[in-house]
Amino acid sequence: MAKHYGRGIAAVNYPTGMNLGGDPTQALIFCQPTGGFSVKLASTDLGQGLKTVIAQIAAEALGVPFDSVIVDTGDTDSAPHCMGTFASRATHRVGNAVIMAANEARKALMDVAADEMEAAPEDLVLENGEIYVKGAPERKTNVFNVALAAHFKYGKTISGRGIYLKQKSSLDPETGACDPDSTEAHATTVAEVEVDDETGEVKVLRLASAYEVGRQINPEMVKGQIVSGAVMGMSHALMETVFPYYPALDHHTYSFGEYIIPTALDIPEIESVVLEYPSSNGPYGVKGVGEMTANSPIPAIVNAIYDAVGVWVTDLPVTPEKVLRALEEKALEAN
Amino acid sequence: MGVKQLGIVGQSVKRRDGIGHVTGQTQYVDDVFYTGMLWLKMVRSPISRGIIHGIDTSKAEAFPGVVTVVTAKDVPNNWYTILCLIGVEPNDEPVLAHEEVMYFGEPICAIVAETEAIAAEAAALVKLDIEELPPVLEMEFAISPDAPAIKKWGNNTFMYDGYNHRKLRFGDFEKAIQQADYVIEGDYSLSPIEHAPIETHCCVVKPEPDGRLTVHSNTQALYFTMDNTAIILQVPSQRLHMIGGTVGGGFGGKVDVITEPITCIAAMKTGRPVKWRWTREEEMRKSSTRAGVKMHYTDGVMKDGRIIARKVRSLEDAGAYHRHSPYGVQKHMANLPGPYTIPNVWVDAYCVYTNRQPSSAMRGFGVTEATFAVECQMERIARTIGMDSWEIRLINAYRNGQMRPVQKVVEDATLIETIQAAAELIGHELPAHLKAMSSDDYAGKGGHHG
Repeated sequence: MAKHYGRGIAAVNYPTGMNLGGDPTQALIFCQPTGGFSVKLASTDLGQGLKTVIAQIAAEALGVPFDSVIVDTGDTDSAPHCMGTFASRATHRVGNAVIMAANEARKALMDVAADEMEAAPEDLVLENGEIYVKGAPERKTNVFNVALAAHFKYGKTISGRGIYLKQKSSLDPETGACDPDSTEAHATTVAEVEVDDETGEVKVLRLASAYEVGRQINPEMVKGQIVSGAVMGMSHALMETVFPYYPALDHHTYSFGEYIIPTALDIPEIESVVLEYPSSNGPYGVKGVGEMTANSPIPAIVNAIYDAVGVWVTDLPVTPEKVLRALEEKALEAN
Repeated sequence: MGVKQLGIVGQSVKRRDGIGHVTGQTQYVDDVFYTGMLWLKMVRSPISRGIIHGIDTSKAEAFPGVVTVVTAKDVPNNWYTILCLIGVEPNDEPVLAHEEVMYFGEPICAIVAETEAIAAEAAALVKLDIEELPPVLEMEFAISPDAPAIKKWGNNTFMYDGYNHRKLRFGDFEKAIQQADYVIEGDYSLSPIEHAPIETHCCVVKPEPDGRLTVHSNTQALYFTMDNTAIILQVPSQRLHMIGGTVGGGFGGKVDVITEPITCIAAMKTGRPVKWRWTREEEMRKSSTRAGVKMHYTDGVMKDGRIIARKVRSLEDAGAYHRHSPYGVQKHMANLPGPYTIPNVWVDAYCVYTNRQPSSAMRGFGVTEATFAVECQMERIARTIGMDSWEIRLINAYRNGQMRPVQKVVEDATLIETIQAAAELIGHELPAHLKAMSSDDYAGKGGHHG
């Protein structure tokens, strides 16, 4: 009886956006009298940080300070349509809609600034809320002054509308030919495990991953997705089922007393490196990272178990019972 | 890697809602209370399959503190087909069951009462007269001729353009498999799992003096939920005002529009605010799960490691009703070949109905399952032919400019680069010829990464 070390790898792709497309999202942006910008969305933040990354994208596209951007989500009376937060689509779709809206608002802002400064709009530079004439930085104003002037002197609106839609692809019923995705993100995970051949227990020692996500809007939040996804994937591989004897209904779980998920003590060493190869159609090159981080750990762990003890347990979850049965079968075959 | 530096994009600014989340100050739907608010509890099917002969709510209605009972006849359009807006048909799921029950936990009627405890107590007083039928639970049986058809259209699969499965056909699998040095098969399966969000489903509806309904929802998709709710209520969407946007974990489990229609009906019927919040048990046993999936791979492989043919048969367990499964199976199908260049591919993907709590969207919908099978199968191939685990993936990885089985040219591939980076991360030295590979090294087309 012994504990066996094993290492496994898995390389995966993940599509960004709803399969086949056809999933639009809109954004509205308006400027307040003192230069604050409100981004109106009906999108949902599931805890992944959408409200923060959208504020970053809006600030970047508008050319104004991050703190002057307000992101208002989640009210159908005050914001236009969003298809929803799923399919690793939110940062890609909402981000693109926000950039389009920001470009329109920025143009309106710069037109007023040009009137105010008696310069051509194309000669003006907007950086972090400051506006100056190209080549003559002493001729300057700022968004605060221009916004006030737009409201109370010129009677002009500074606002923008944006939408992003990947038009829905057809699907050939005979061949399945279709355009399923906007772009593809990729990852490779290496899992290291220890398998106890007496108890059948699998302990994950380490999950090390390389992710390629287009461009990171907020690297710490990408890392947050990678770490939490690794834990969810490990849990899927080794612990979770609502029907432990699927397809039978017996022992249908009803609480976290029977439905076991990892706690802090189960979490292995998790390392990651992130590569950036911007996509052609994402905002600043974004690809969706949301869902995929829970995927690559699963086969990496199953492959590591094979590496450790030479049995394929390919019916999830890989419970100690299934490992022991597979080892027993292997021993019988060997005799 | 030549990524242009930007300003605030690319910086790890502190998340704006983080402090609220970790100090318990974020407002979730269950934090919403109104004066005079009523509570809702659902009466559910105690069996997996049966014919309803009677629903006697008289004792529950007479119970002190009960304000009303909502049954199927109170639902203006008693069809719950959330993909009807994208053309998925026919309708197959009643909002409240009245003729038959198709799974353990199927909603039958809702008790609306002054307190949550009264609603729960009264729910136990509803007398159900249901004739039990043997449930269909196993997918191979469900699609066999011996199984009773549990769906009204006469079989137990979703029908895609007249076929009982989705097809992917690329190249000539039958010819290629004859030429392969190895034929390598593998079975892969997953059990249904739960989304397990910290925040369970919850909805609060307040009838407003102007006749509109304010709907506090933790849906992942506000407009989708609004429009589907309006279709069920048979009111213009403009009568609904959806408020949400902050969700305590979704993972795909909160796009089912499962609480809003009934809570709205209860509020309209009573003229009072109503809250319906799910228990953990309801979340596990009644909300949609991830589907159980069974996949069989048959691969034709050459001695040099090239995969020249791949055939996949996949069964996805939708449970009793569509929900999002017909969509999920299509996404599954497109991903079953994996991110590898294989010139001959044959995939049959089935959306199968059983008498089980419906499955629906969950994180990685259809892709998680495919990825699991593909990557275990790649390892099995490597071990069978005696090739290195890194090399088998690198030589077969799709390259920019190559054709995927869905007949879309590869554009944004970086599988090779992540494999190389992972090897470097763990200090595994790849041989020079593998290190030299790139997603842009396909001779047929210059890459765009530059």
